[in-house]
Amino acid sequence: MSLLELRDLSVTYAGDVPAVRGVSLGVAPGEVLGVAGESGCGKSTISNAVLRLLPKSARVGGSVLLDGEDVYEMSFGRLRAVRWATASIVFQGALHSLNAVQTIGRQIAEPILLHEPKTSRKAADLRVGELLEQVGLPARRAKDYPHQLSGGQRQRVMIALALACKPRLLIADEPTTALDVMVQAQVLQLLTGLVKDLGLALVLISHDLSVLGTTCDRVAVMYAGKVVEEGPASVVFDDSRHPYSGALAGAFPRVGDPRFRYAPAGLAGDPPYPGDLPPGCSFHPRCPVAFDRCVSEEVELLDLGAGRRAACLRAGEGS
Amino acid sequence: MTAIAWQRRRATASRFWADFRSHRSALVGLGILLFFGLVAVFASVLADPAGLDVTKATAPAHAGPSGDYWLGTDQSGRSVLTLLIHGTRVSLIVGLAATAIAIVIGTILGIMAGFYGGWARSTLMGLTDWFLVIPFLPLAIVMATVLGASLLNIIIVIGVTSWPGTARLVCAQTLSVRERPYLERARALGGGDWHQMTRHILPNVMPLVLAHVVLTVSVAILSETTLSFLGLGDPTRPSWGYILDNAYGTGAMSNGEWWFVLPPGLCVVLVVLAFTLVGRALEAVLNPRLREGS
Amino acid sequence: MSALAARGVQVRFGAARAVDGVDLEIGSGEIVALVGESGCGKSSLARALLGLVRPSQGTVDCDDRPLDYRRLKEFRRHVQLVLQDPSGSLNPRHTVYEAVAEGLRIHKVPGDERELVAAALSKAGLRPPERFFLRYPHELSGGQLQRVVIAGALVLEPDVLVADEPVSSLDASVRGEILALLLRLRTELGLSLLVVTHDLGLAWNIADRVAVMYLGRIVETGDTAEVLTAPRHPYTKALLSVVPEIARQEPIVLKGETPDPSRIPAGCRFRPRCPAYAAGLPADLADRCEKETLPVLPADRGHHAACVLP
Ligand SMILES: Nc1ncnc2c1ncn2[C@@H]1O[C@H](COP(=O)(O)OP(=O)(O)OP(=O)(O)O)[C@@H](O)[C@H]1O
Ligand SMILES: Nc1ncnc2c1ncn2[C@@H]1O[C@H](COP(=O)(O)OP(=O)(O)OP(=O)(O)O)[C@@H](O)[C@H]1O
Ligand code: SF4
Ligand code: SF4
Ligand SMILES: [Mg+2]
Ligand SMILES: [Mg+2]
Repeated sequence: MSLLELRDLSVTYAGDVPAVRGVSLGVAPGEVLGVAGESGCGKSTISNAVLRLLPKSARVGGSVLLDGEDVYEMSFGRLRAVRWATASIVFQGALHSLNAVQTIGRQIAEPILLHEPKTSRKAADLRVGELLEQVGLPARRAKDYPHQLSGGQRQRVMIALALACKPRLLIADEPTTALDVMVQAQVLQLLTGLVKDLGLALVLISHDLSVLGTTCDRVAVMYAGKVVEEGPASVVFDDSRHPYSGALAGAFPRVGDPRFRYAPAGLAGDPPYPGDLPPGCSFHPRCPVAFDRCVSEEVELLDLGAGRRAACLRAGEGS
Repeated sequence: MTAIAWQRRRATASRFWADFRSHRSALVGLGILLFFGLVAVFASVLADPAGLDVTKATAPAHAGPSGDYWLGTDQSGRSVLTLLIHGTRVSLIVGLAATAIAIVIGTILGIMAGFYGGWARSTLMGLTDWFLVIPFLPLAIVMATVLGASLLNIIIVIGVTSWPGTARLVCAQTLSVRERPYLERARALGGGDWHQMTRHILPNVMPLVLAHVVLTVSVAILSETTLSFLGLGDPTRPSWGYILDNAYGTGAMSNGEWWFVLPPGLCVVLVVLAFTLVGRALEAVLNPRLREGS
Repeated sequence: MSALAARGVQVRFGAARAVDGVDLEIGSGEIVALVGESGCGKSSLARALLGLVRPSQGTVDCDDRPLDYRRLKEFRRHVQLVLQDPSGSLNPRHTVYEAVAEGLRIHKVPGDERELVAAALSKAGLRPPERFFLRYPHELSGGQLQRVVIAGALVLEPDVLVADEPVSSLDASVRGEILALLLRLRTELGLSLLVVTHDLGLAWNIADRVAVMYLGRIVETGDTAEVLTAPRHPYTKALLSVVPEIARQEPIVLKGETPDPSRIPAGCRFRPRCPAYAAGLPADLADRCEKETLPVLPADRGHHAACVLP
């Protein structure tokens, strides 16, 4: 059974900006779900919607089920208990927003003391040490201030912080953006290790499909607020059925593959602004294989069998 | 292309106006300033300048308000209203001119100090600290006494003593702009220091300075009033402070001659308040960081 | 002949040797990728090559003559820069037209400014150029902004472009278009290009040669296809193994991050993190790893690695 399930989730920001338009996804314990897509396609909006962290002016449709319970029908007390303890988020760019004048140890202890007020200072410190070890930092680093840590180490601290109340679901929003390849590899290794060791359910959000292709079980590719393709990670990456996922996969070339030598693959045009979407398939202005029906027909996710879905009128044609 | 450029400028201006208009208090301030501005410009039309001459005064001294003299007369029998109207002009001129001096000095020094950093910056910081620590009044009094009491000297005294605030602000802003990648790009394009300071730093510092200008004007007017009140003003060019000084010196305050004291005092308060209101609003509109906070 | 070259360049910031002796040549019409981890000194080397920082040792050669720092302005028309974050590298208060014309005005280039700006914008793929003249940076997408920055560099007709992470802040789908533009500039205008990046995929995409940098030194250099398919240095091997696409092989994830350039270890600078050394080498080789000061790699076109292993 899914630990997190989104049913037809839609989010519209003030000013009629439909950032997410009918997304259905699920993730089970021990599973890693990847969400890919370019800037502004609604990835962070989804992660905020899960824990009801959207601005009040945003309208939310559909439902978010955590353990079968609708997050949007919970009382505030219940919601507070669920945040951190059932599901917790590593926010995008949060590694830059650590409190500069507090040791990282105190910052990690804060949610623990908040959720379990009876915890003694000592027990909390012990737990902080454990958490730091868990993310591959020596426990003594608890005494350090954020500026004493490198980018990759700060990201580890953010992950430790998210794990503080032993959640069963972790959402990591762009955890490796702005980190370089080697550190990215370290952080990804850490995350997949945690899934294996703790049986976490992990939602990994990234704009880089190649990262997801190698670390996730399943990926969903989003475009303009909708899932345009979903399926087992390696298959979506290697043999995509939606031209957009194909373009994303091609954007990060396979080193060693002569087809990519002197042939960078890209898409013409720019991502659409959610307040001003083209009719029909929203991808049609940039789609290299668009045809007349694409301009007028709404395209729904089509079941392709083998756990794959794609929202393209050509999806059935095979590759 | 210029037509479109103008269209764009107009659009920017109207967006700015819309933002500004949303601050109620700023509109009130703007109204007050407009009123005093008009009075200053048309002072000679509103009241015959001949009425400022002590030798030509015919009315009784220390008279209360009447049909001929709406705000009564001073110790020499001059109409207080006439003095007030012409005082508006003097006070505003001093305020604006002194601010101009302070802003020019402050902006130039602030940008240089921020841009070159190192010893240039520490020198400036030392100098501004020095100016900020020494109380304004004694310094101004000494300077005014040494230079002699004339309108120009008053302007110079106020201008020269009030630039450090501007310099600090500009310096801080310059420091943050200096690190932007577009300055590195300008260097790579071959732009020298002058190019970087005038084309990139100045335009990005100007909006903040503009808001600061308006606040500085109100301080300058207040300073002028103080100096004139202490008798350091130009006796041939009556300002609001000069009227207050006369009122005080001739015992108008203790005799309950409110018409002699209240109007100039009120004018000072109103103008200072108006400049402050407008300045705060400008700051909020032009400084995006403040806007995010609101 | 080389369009731009570093000869024994060292860049110091206090005690830190950010660049610690580098020989690198960019031939005319050649695309060279400089790759390495964050903080290894790539940008510092690029800045030295642009004359933006002065090397504490060594020289920068332009057309085989040492760069004269008193005549930098002339040199600027020869070598131009494209930065990582296009939205930060344009003044928010300048229109696209002003941003592109800036170089022309600085150098008082003769000719019709409007025409030159339009030509540069079209070369950078912004067509029709007139439509972009009066736009402000905040009205353009990241990809368009990066094209404006490139146009602003092209307008001076440089021979060499130094691009520091030109696509790393751009969206995946836009990235390819910018890289294709850089490739086209080479074929159509004969531009030489130094691309600074930490992304090996990018190097594979467009570069003729790669230079892999570690802690201020180039540790492996050679033809892109050779270096990336048959890497010789353990560091290059590790870097390649963590590129997600080829992670089908077991990734060699190095511990820690690039060490401190103010405390460069003796012997081979990569030894503290070297998996080959850690796995155990024959005593004579291990001894050389610890003690031998490896020479600076030559700037020629061969495949070289700074490692005692064959
Ligand atoms: N508070 C908000 N009010 C109005 N619009 C918003 C708000 N937050 C986000 N948006 C808009 O909603 C869209 C989706 O934003 P979101 O942050 O979910 O994108 P994302 O996929 O996470 O992008 P990125 O990769 O840049 O993080 C964007 O167009 C954004 O401009
Ligand atoms: N202005 C400076 N003052 C002091 N140290 C500096 C300065 N610029 C760079 N450094 C140091 O020099 C080293 C190399 O920095 P550089 O910016 O060249 O790295 P990089 O390879 O470009 O890294 P990145 O991929 O993060 O951009 C780093 O250790 C950095 O801290
Ligand atoms: S539906 Fe048409 S436009 Fe949309 S992705 Fe498929 S082919 Fe392209
Ligand atoms: S010289 Fe030795 S330590 Fe250095 S990279 Fe080669 S094997 Fe590793
Ligand atoms: Mg996001
Ligand atoms: Mg760099």
